[in-house]
Amino acid sequence: MKAQLNEEAKKRILVLDGAMGTMIQRYKLTENDFRGDRFENHPIALQGNNDLLALTQPTILREIHDAYFEAGADIAETNTFSSTTIAQEDYQLSDFAYELNLKSAQIAKASADHFTKLTPNKPRFVIGSVGPTNRTASLSPDVNNPAFRAITFDQLVTAYTEQCEALIEGGVDGLLIETVFDTLNAKAAIFATEEAMRKTGKTVPLMVSGTITDASGRTLSGQTAHAFLISLSHAPLLSIGFNCALGAAQLRPYVDVLAQHANCYVSAHPNAGLPNEMGDYDESPAEMAAQIKSFLDRGLVNIIGGCCGTTPDHIQAIAELAANYTPPSIPQEA
Amino acid sequence: MDDVTLVLSGLEPLIITKDSNFVNIGERTNVTGSRKFLRLIKEGNFDEALSIARDQVEGGAQIIDINMDEGMIDGKEAMVHFLNLIAAEPDIARVPIMIDSSKWEIIEAGLKVVQGKSVVNSISLKEGEESFLYQAREIRKYGAAVVVMAFDEEGQADSFERRKEICERAYYLLVNEVGFPPKDIIFDPNVFPVATGMDEHRKNALHFFQATKWIRTNLPHAHVSGGVSNVSFSFRGNPAVREAMHSAFLFHAIKEGMDMGIVNPTMLEVYDEIPKELLVLVEDVLLDRTDDATEKLLDYADRFKSEAKTKEKDLSWRENSVEKRLEYSLVKGITDFIEEDTEEARVKLNSPLTVIEGPLMDGMNVVGDLFGSGKMFLPQVVKSARVMKRSVAYLTPYLEAEKSTGRSSAGKIIMATVKGDVHDIGKNIVGVVMACNNFEVVDLGVMVSADKILDAALSENADAIGLSGLITPSLDEMIHVAKEMETRKFSIPLLIGGATTSRVHTAVKISQAYSNTIVHVNDASRAVPVLSGLLSSDAESIASKIKDEYDHVRTTYLAKKSAKTYLPFEEAIKNRKEIDWDVTPITKPSTLGVQLVENVELEVLAPYIDWTPYFKTWGLHGKFPALLTDNVIGEEATKVWEDTQRMLQEFVAGNLLQPKGVFGLFEANEENESVHLTGDQYKGTSFHFLRQQTKKHKDATNFNLADFIAPVHSGKKDYIGCFAVTTGHGLEEIVAKYEAEYDDYNAIMAKALADRFAEAFAEYMHEEVRKKHWGYATTENLNNDDLIKESYDGIRPAPGYPACPDHLEKASIWKLLEVEKHTGISLTESYAMYPTASVSGYYFGNRESQYFGLGKINQDQVAHYAKRRGMPLEEIEKWLAPNLNYDR
Repeated sequence: MKAQLNEEAKKRILVLDGAMGTMIQRYKLTENDFRGDRFENHPIALQGNNDLLALTQPTILREIHDAYFEAGADIAETNTFSSTTIAQEDYQLSDFAYELNLKSAQIAKASADHFTKLTPNKPRFVIGSVGPTNRTASLSPDVNNPAFRAITFDQLVTAYTEQCEALIEGGVDGLLIETVFDTLNAKAAIFATEEAMRKTGKTVPLMVSGTITDASGRTLSGQTAHAFLISLSHAPLLSIGFNCALGAAQLRPYVDVLAQHANCYVSAHPNAGLPNEMGDYDESPAEMAAQIKSFLDRGLVNIIGGCCGTTPDHIQAIAELAANYTPPSIPQEA
Repeated sequence: MDDVTLVLSGLEPLIITKDSNFVNIGERTNVTGSRKFLRLIKEGNFDEALSIARDQVEGGAQIIDINMDEGMIDGKEAMVHFLNLIAAEPDIARVPIMIDSSKWEIIEAGLKVVQGKSVVNSISLKEGEESFLYQAREIRKYGAAVVVMAFDEEGQADSFERRKEICERAYYLLVNEVGFPPKDIIFDPNVFPVATGMDEHRKNALHFFQATKWIRTNLPHAHVSGGVSNVSFSFRGNPAVREAMHSAFLFHAIKEGMDMGIVNPTMLEVYDEIPKELLVLVEDVLLDRTDDATEKLLDYADRFKSEAKTKEKDLSWRENSVEKRLEYSLVKGITDFIEEDTEEARVKLNSPLTVIEGPLMDGMNVVGDLFGSGKMFLPQVVKSARVMKRSVAYLTPYLEAEKSTGRSSAGKIIMATVKGDVHDIGKNIVGVVMACNNFEVVDLGVMVSADKILDAALSENADAIGLSGLITPSLDEMIHVAKEMETRKFSIPLLIGGATTSRVHTAVKISQAYSNTIVHVNDASRAVPVLSGLLSSDAESIASKIKDEYDHVRTTYLAKKSAKTYLPFEEAIKNRKEIDWDVTPITKPSTLGVQLVENVELEVLAPYIDWTPYFKTWGLHGKFPALLTDNVIGEEATKVWEDTQRMLQEFVAGNLLQPKGVFGLFEANEENESVHLTGDQYKGTSFHFLRQQTKKHKDATNFNLADFIAPVHSGKKDYIGCFAVTTGHGLEEIVAKYEAEYDDYNAIMAKALADRFAEAFAEYMHEEVRKKHWGYATTENLNNDDLIKESYDGIRPAPGYPACPDHLEKASIWKLLEVEKHTGISLTESYAMYPTASVSGYYFGNRESQYFGLGKINQDQVAHYAKRRGMPLEEIEKWLAPNLNYDR
């Protein structure tokens, strides 16, 4: 029988992969590399549209997924953080959103299947990365007009539904609504996953990961960790967690809140520390693993990985550490 | 989270457990319940409508009910608009929202704009099961809880039996058909009026109580809510009776299990304080205890017509111990009770010194901790210091009487703005924060010479010295102080701060002059931990760590410096900005020569203020006005904003700052890197400028401001202007007044506000010049945002700033415009302007002119510049020190 994410999570602490962007940077891709042959004549610059590489540089994505699995990751995230019609608008590539998701899912899935075949006792998974888009449904971008919204709930639902449908069709084992800085966007995404599962007739587990912006302990849209959890408590979640913006040490107190109150698994994929003056992350794998250890010692998380600045070396350090722990069980519902 | 506790959220959680007290739902943001709110919404006055929401939250509402059901307004649009506005107000949005409408489309629209877990109020079986189930499923998808009205196809439940029957049916439909969590179901069993004179209404309250009890016993985990004010509908106009009825109704309903409700807290008497006679009558009515209950209560009501009492602000903290009250006042920055509390503490502790070292320092430690952990912001700390100073001032006579001097402090620091510089806002803020953290601060003021600083350090036996300065020549003065410290064999740490200072400059230049610890601290929150560390038992290791760090900064900087490439001056000149002087428009000013600008009202200048840098002074970083609604700093920023507006109004009303300005427009041409005035009267006056010398990418220019003026050889007549303005006259008196009241908060605010007025004046005058006096922009029509973004033609660079860093140039402007005579602005020996709330600069009108930063320059250009100026190379090198790409 095909391995299931939720079954596997009972058996061991699952390790998510690390940063995609950091790895892509290593290839030092040029504008022409991003365009490939297919978008040679696209009217605007495409450099930096990492999600497009699913169509123009699939081999690179495959190499990166392979590197993370090789390092010990159990779960790869698809390279689809910005693959919505909304986020692709900046590149005038909204029409390709469906295809971006489908291809990215297939690339990651091929890599996962390859590694599962090598070590069948350790099945590897792919989850569809559903990013926040570049617009917020509960914040106004116009300071003079606080009631203005650049995006509506319905528009988000439409875009997310298309993305999730394609990801599910591409074979993902779960969906991860991540880097949630506005909970209303996440609620729209959850709304959309239900729609997408209905349309495709396939059910996959749902994961959510929010972002605590800074030491204020709140999301960009102003919620505390606990309020964030409550606001999404209606969804049938496999896991809830936090990622990005903070390093593991800074993130821990907020993950603590989730672990204390959530009745699903808890995840965390922090950055490799805080960025230095140059905007680079320089926390070493050993340093990061040392902080992650306190997560594991306290039994906070069932799913652990890395966000910005993390590399296969970081994931390897985390995976080696996580292997020593048994997964905490979900608190029994009273 | 479990299956039995109702949890809701706004920006923060609301958890309603079995043991929670009654949850109070705010009702005044409801057009059907509040005539005022309805009027505001109809008028589109959403600002004031928001303040009603805010009042409710501040008044203790844990959920706010929002209802826009009125025939004359577009309910859906009003709901969405108002909820969007609330989302931008963190102090309101922290509580969960109750989306209240009888129209499904309004409810759904509301659900699409709230991020938290809200409550829908309400759905019912009125239209039958199908739509009830549909709506419940949708609500579930949006993740909200729901209020279910006791209403079905037959109508509203008006008896105990009907209430029971409908609620039971609805409950099992929701739980079994929809999978709705029981904890998220809230029943509203209809609060109907009593004492209406109609017999069928006599048991309205009683049946509500019975139904409540039945629901709470038989429908597991479901809740009961209701709109309480309905019950007293027949006594409108008689607040005393209504308040008593509400209170008694709640008393009985809560006893039976009602756990939330819509109650106007200002329309509520304390149950125990209801006059005995009235209470009996009210309860007779509510519980239908006697046949003549209604008549008796009506009789009583006629006799007892009273005004509604106005409730006071929450002063419950006043009931705590005096120590706790002092702490509260310090943390909240409340001065209202400080003297009486200080006196009480003095008597209680029997020693003024113990008051300071005990409760006051404890309170300030709390403030320090909160600030250190980012839970308090700079303006709050400054307000706390004001409370502290008032209290200490009150105690001072007693301290003297006791002849008890010194108190134990964390350390003593001498602070000063260095010689030649007059800027002190930043220094004062750091001083306040240090004082709050138990440091003894000896503030020597501004323009303090090295000798004075060091003498004071010796005589005061100081533990550290802190230097501040804003203008670039102050950097040299700081080096001088450091050298003097070395000569005089000081060993205490030297702290460097101020706008032009930097870690790199401190490491590369200042720390080379003094062999003991020098550290750069550029904001108030850094100063405390740094100094505490340097004065702790770990001092040695911390000092050596700082030294290592600065050594590293220095070597990295020096390595970097050599990596940058510079052009020989001659080549830089060749890469100048080329303007086609045959094509570019040149407008002759309508009036040439020097002109005064007097009698400008502050009111005219106020709209020109750029507020973003103002908030930066307060350590509140962000773009105005967005920072007012920022999740973290918004609340404090808003308080500062309100206080500032009050002060601004005072300034405007009394025209307290007496703006004075002067400018001049002159014929001029460029030659040999300088701009020379060519009008007969002004011949011999020149402005000297410098050229960027770093090697640029191809196509990029090496700028010199002089490039924007037509060269002599072009044969064109061109023009240049210069100006000086101040809004600093009158400021000293204002500041002195506040300082006498130990009110650093307002003193700092007055200075910072005067600074903004000076900038606003410069902006205003520049606009007048462009449009009228020079007149090259007669059709320009820009709003303040555009002005701040400088989306107009022409620039007004200021000497001492990046495009023309030489402060000496001010001397030429002063002479040409007779600035001191006309405006009263004088120059210090370092060419800082006094009053500090002053701005001076040049006007360049060419549409191609632009701001740039000079960057570093080489000796070939400096030598050329010295020659143009007719000054010795060494002296000019001193003035240009921060821009030299070489060691002098």
